[in-house]
Amino acid sequence: MGVSVVASEQLPDAQGRFGPYGGRFVPETLMHPLMELEAEYFRAQHDPEFQRELSYYLREFVGRPTPLYFAERLTRELGGAKIFLKREDLLHTGAHKINNAMGQILLAKRMGKTRIIAETGAGQHGVATATVAAMFGLKCVIYMGAVDCERQALNVYRMKMLGAEVVPVHAGQKTLKEAVNEAMRDWVTNVRSTHYILGTAYGAHPYPVMVRNFQRIIGDEARAQILEQEKRLPDLLIACVGGGSNAIGLFYPFLNDATVKMIGVEAGGEGILPEKHAARFHGGSLGVLQGTRSYILQDEHGQIQSTHSVSAGLDYAAVGPEHAWLHDQKRVEYSYATDDAALAAFQKLARLEGIIPALESSHAVAEAIVRVPKMGRDQLVIVNLSGRGDKDVAQVAARIKL
Amino acid sequence: MSRIVERFNTLRKQGQKGFIAYIGAGDPHLEATRQFALAFDQAGVDVLELGVPFSDPLADGLVNQLAAQRGLNSGTTPPKLLATIAAIRRDSQIPIVLYIYFNLLHRVGMDHFIRNAAEAGVDGILVLDLPPEESGSYEKLMTDAGLSPIYLIAPTTPDDRIAIIAPRGMGFLYYISREGVTGMQQKVAANIDTMTARIREHSALPIAVGFGISNPEQARAVAASADAIVVGSAIVNQIAAIGNADDLVPRVTAFVKELVNAVKPTRS
Repeated sequence: MGVSVVASEQLPDAQGRFGPYGGRFVPETLMHPLMELEAEYFRAQHDPEFQRELSYYLREFVGRPTPLYFAERLTRELGGAKIFLKREDLLHTGAHKINNAMGQILLAKRMGKTRIIAETGAGQHGVATATVAAMFGLKCVIYMGAVDCERQALNVYRMKMLGAEVVPVHAGQKTLKEAVNEAMRDWVTNVRSTHYILGTAYGAHPYPVMVRNFQRIIGDEARAQILEQEKRLPDLLIACVGGGSNAIGLFYPFLNDATVKMIGVEAGGEGILPEKHAARFHGGSLGVLQGTRSYILQDEHGQIQSTHSVSAGLDYAAVGPEHAWLHDQKRVEYSYATDDAALAAFQKLARLEGIIPALESSHAVAEAIVRVPKMGRDQLVIVNLSGRGDKDVAQVAARIKL
Repeated sequence: MSRIVERFNTLRKQGQKGFIAYIGAGDPHLEATRQFALAFDQAGVDVLELGVPFSDPLADGLVNQLAAQRGLNSGTTPPKLLATIAAIRRDSQIPIVLYIYFNLLHRVGMDHFIRNAAEAGVDGILVLDLPPEESGSYEKLMTDAGLSPIYLIAPTTPDDRIAIIAPRGMGFLYYISREGVTGMQQKVAANIDTMTARIREHSALPIAVGFGISNPEQARAVAASADAIVVGSAIVNQIAAIGNADDLVPRVTAFVKELVNAVKPTRS
């Protein structure tokens, strides 16, 4: 494993590839703008002034660092490894998404862009983008599937209150994938004035590497915090995987730590049957969608299949290319949690720890509930609590007996 | 010689502009697609571009998205479309280009797809989301099969990229006359002749200009600075409006003929 892990530090390559995954599969209109974005991003990454500004806003506006919290009652209840929660849910706007949105808006400003667009599934990325756009006074348009607008209505109101225009997308299954299509169509049309703040570690190069690098602060902090609190590295990291930005953010700084195991948890929906789930590593295959090559859910002809998850943020037919590579390297294990398991985990964390997690993050908690009891009491687990569940309260209330 | 090259040679000799018609394959069904091909051939269309229905057509505007949806709803798959093209070939030699998203080739394997397309009688393939940087063995497979890879050049393409793309194209180069998705426009872009002149510095291939042309006046205007023009959404919009009616093919063909006549003034 040592070799592949070291190699990961050098990925993606100059073409934006992680082994056979990644790349840049977009219409010609976007090729040059993507190259400009790539060049500007790498300049910014090595510009101390840019990094200083980003750190300032992450600390003073976003609320970093977030605690690594020892979940004492959940640990006692499960009777295995010690569980630590990385509290991204405590960030301004309520999820890890703002780490990336803040980084990208500073980049957009550098490039002189006057208009911001984004896609959103659960609405957390949309809210984060609307927030930073309001903060810097840029015009903002958010694309969101019509089904997601309904199931995450609270976030639609939040985005509008922040001054963003929210455009419901009625094509296809009316969820995240269609929102990405529509955002790409907008970008192709307005690329000279507009920056597209893509919300996950997906899409054409440089998005997967750029979003990963804006999110790796999660893992950098968690690594320092566990070393300080427990004087050693954790045994296991668990994070949910939609596109995969919170997971890669947590995992990336630990990739060279060979003793640290990692599990990415996909949406198992109603079980692994066609169109009933969004577990790309359990029923997906190699494909090219929305700018990149990765594992996708598709039929025999290459048409993208419908997906299902109780969680809008995980309800997506493709997974980030770096995850595909880490999967093939067997560096990260990818499992899934069903809707029911996620809902049970949602309630358990609320009652035992006084924390209402996002339905997305509940998938990671569900995996912890399965794994932790099989581990020793001297072992350490970090679960990424990528977002808070306020947005999900109405939807969950409709499904469970209170 | 390929049917595309042959057609453009003839046009050049006659001092004529080319007319490329785009429709969504299988809209409203594949038998209509076959009839359109034959009728458009008679009407003077030089190249037929067939959009292969895809679930996520992110470079297309609403009109072509809906056409793709109707194509999928009528059960149009790439193998069924190729069977239809083979049937067209029994009656017509109209050059045919597939307009397609890369995943449909990728899924079944590029070599497999390209070989089958060539056998069916396809002449060229335009892959929307396959820039030269990602094309890998695509061009070799295409030329080995006798097919023309058609590449797009956009208003955002700088000269150094034109220099990369232009030599790789075969048959013709497709200049997208404006930033945006496919669709009809009130006005066509203003600087088309500057851009076509820039492209001509790098390639002797014919240049087709498309995206947004929807009426005879626009067709005539754009044809002045191009070797051929492409009309898509405006035709697809007619198909959508008329729907699955008995007189669908003749009515749409009458519309197409007006556009053809606009760019070929000497035709009656």
